[in-house]
Amino acid sequence: MTAMRTAPAPTPPPVEPPPVTKSRPRGSRFIRPVVTYASLIVVAALVLVPFVWMLSSSLKRDNEVLTVPIQWIPEEFRWSNFVDVWDRIPMAAYLGNSAFLAVTITLLQLLTGSFAAYGFAKVRFPGRDALFVAYIATIAVPWQAYMVPQYIMMQKAELTNTYWSIILLQAFGAFGVFLMRQFYMTIPDELCEAARMDGLSEYGIYWRIILPLSKPALASLALLTFVNTWNDYMGPFIYLTSNELWTVQLGIRSFVGQYDAEFAMIMTGAVVSVVPILAVFLLGQRYFIQGIATSGMKG
Amino acid sequence: MANAVTEAPRGAPPRGSAQKRRTRRNTLIGWSFILPNFVGFALFTLVPVIAAFALAFLEWDSYRPPEWVGLDNFTQMLEDENFRVALGNTLYYAAGHIPLTLVAALALAIVLNGKIRGVGFFRTAAFFPYVTSLVAVAVVWRMLFNPTAGPVNQFLAAVGVSDLPGWLSSTDWAMPAVILTSVWRDMGYYMVLYLAGLQSIPGEYYEAARMDGANAWHRFWHITLPCLRPTTFFVLVMLTIQSFKILDLIQVMTEGGPGRSTLVLSQLVYREGIVEGNFGYSSAVALVLFVIVLSVTVVQFRLNERRNR
Repeated sequence: MTAMRTAPAPTPPPVEPPPVTKSRPRGSRFIRPVVTYASLIVVAALVLVPFVWMLSSSLKRDNEVLTVPIQWIPEEFRWSNFVDVWDRIPMAAYLGNSAFLAVTITLLQLLTGSFAAYGFAKVRFPGRDALFVAYIATIAVPWQAYMVPQYIMMQKAELTNTYWSIILLQAFGAFGVFLMRQFYMTIPDELCEAARMDGLSEYGIYWRIILPLSKPALASLALLTFVNTWNDYMGPFIYLTSNELWTVQLGIRSFVGQYDAEFAMIMTGAVVSVVPILAVFLLGQRYFIQGIATSGMKG
Repeated sequence: MANAVTEAPRGAPPRGSAQKRRTRRNTLIGWSFILPNFVGFALFTLVPVIAAFALAFLEWDSYRPPEWVGLDNFTQMLEDENFRVALGNTLYYAAGHIPLTLVAALALAIVLNGKIRGVGFFRTAAFFPYVTSLVAVAVVWRMLFNPTAGPVNQFLAAVGVSDLPGWLSSTDWAMPAVILTSVWRDMGYYMVLYLAGLQSIPGEYYEAARMDGANAWHRFWHITLPCLRPTTFFVLVMLTIQSFKILDLIQVMTEGGPGRSTLVLSQLVYREGIVEGNFGYSSAVALVLFVIVLSVTVVQFRLNERRNR
């Protein structure tokens, strides 16, 4: 906590050569760990201060949040905030809606994405590579450039303000196909060839051999999709207008608009919305980072 | 990604009727795998992408039927002050976000590359802002930037800054506040890419440099940075694309305000197209956005090629 109190303001370190140059100093064996830990503490402060502040504010009274000087530890821990927030806004409904969308979209993406990736990676037929280029090309087009045509389509189909719009737009992304195909390409073709000799159909090879081998890639894709959908703001913001359909992100945002002075309650809501993501992230961190490192892209 | 595209089709040319039958069978099987995804992909991504290009040349709003108007939307853009402001703000955001995030990510990666106890925790912590929901990030930073009692200004006051910025309530300081928030959010992601790059540099390089008496700065400048060139290039491309299409953070944090001080191009597309229903004009703005992103990326690729030669 003392580190937090004396740490510089949470601004990024744009012009800070010291951690760069001193990361592997030559000189004394005693200075080196000191410098390293000093830079670690600076980094930790920069990264963590907003989280610490969020957590501490969520346990205060509204009028204790923005005080001079800052109170890093609440005078009295108001755990009751975490009880009250469920009555203040329909938090349970929002969380349920977010979970429903995230789980549905993740399942569809995993199923159709891994299935299509097998066609692209392990079955040879004319036109396959041209088709794959079409998939890749759309990844390069920013979503912002085609959100209007998507919106027109959904409006004409009268699917706005339903979950269908979000599910249909997000469940068949090219990204999942791309990620899974990259992984399938690393599985030797001889394995499939041998299975074919044994009389297994292509669907059998996919189901019995490729799918069990690709658990890490499936985990990566599942985590990335789940977190992306859970955190998505613009999609629900554009398509979901009725309050009973809102996701937790829309719920928190509207809370800020309605009760601007309820600082502590807003922070409590924010903490509640982040906890599921923290749990998912900590459980599957390895796959998460792997997914980013192997594909080099997200969203 | 590059090798995925250039990978040559390995299918043998069909010879004889048995061969033909096999090709047809494979085509059927291949399509049966791809189809469930392709139907959704074609309808909800491919068609809208193609439509986006066509719409830019139409006059179409919620009341009137579409009409072909050629380049009218683009000439209208030249006179639209909102467009000029949004373009300027997008460039401003990119000019701040790209270099600051790059330097912060590299610094983080170098600090967290060592084999120190507890480094795993710090890496996780540094990456977590990127995974945290944007709404939570925006809500927290809005309070941190509170002009009178926010921690940021309290710190600035403590170090002796007398003329405290108004941050999100000031037209001059709203964009810097957004930039700082986005740097904080994104640096962990690019740190992961830099960490991978750092770990691929052979340790012998540093040993040899030490033998020659190179100090830490020299080792950084002559070994680390040149070896990280491919990573830096990739990070630069990703950052550029990400910066130019920024939307959600601004929508949640400022909604483009105060005034038009943080109005960016994607937000203009959203306002014109989805709020106002000017489908044609908004698609023209979106096309400009896409062309900017594409040309910056192409220029970066060209420069990279030339330097590699």
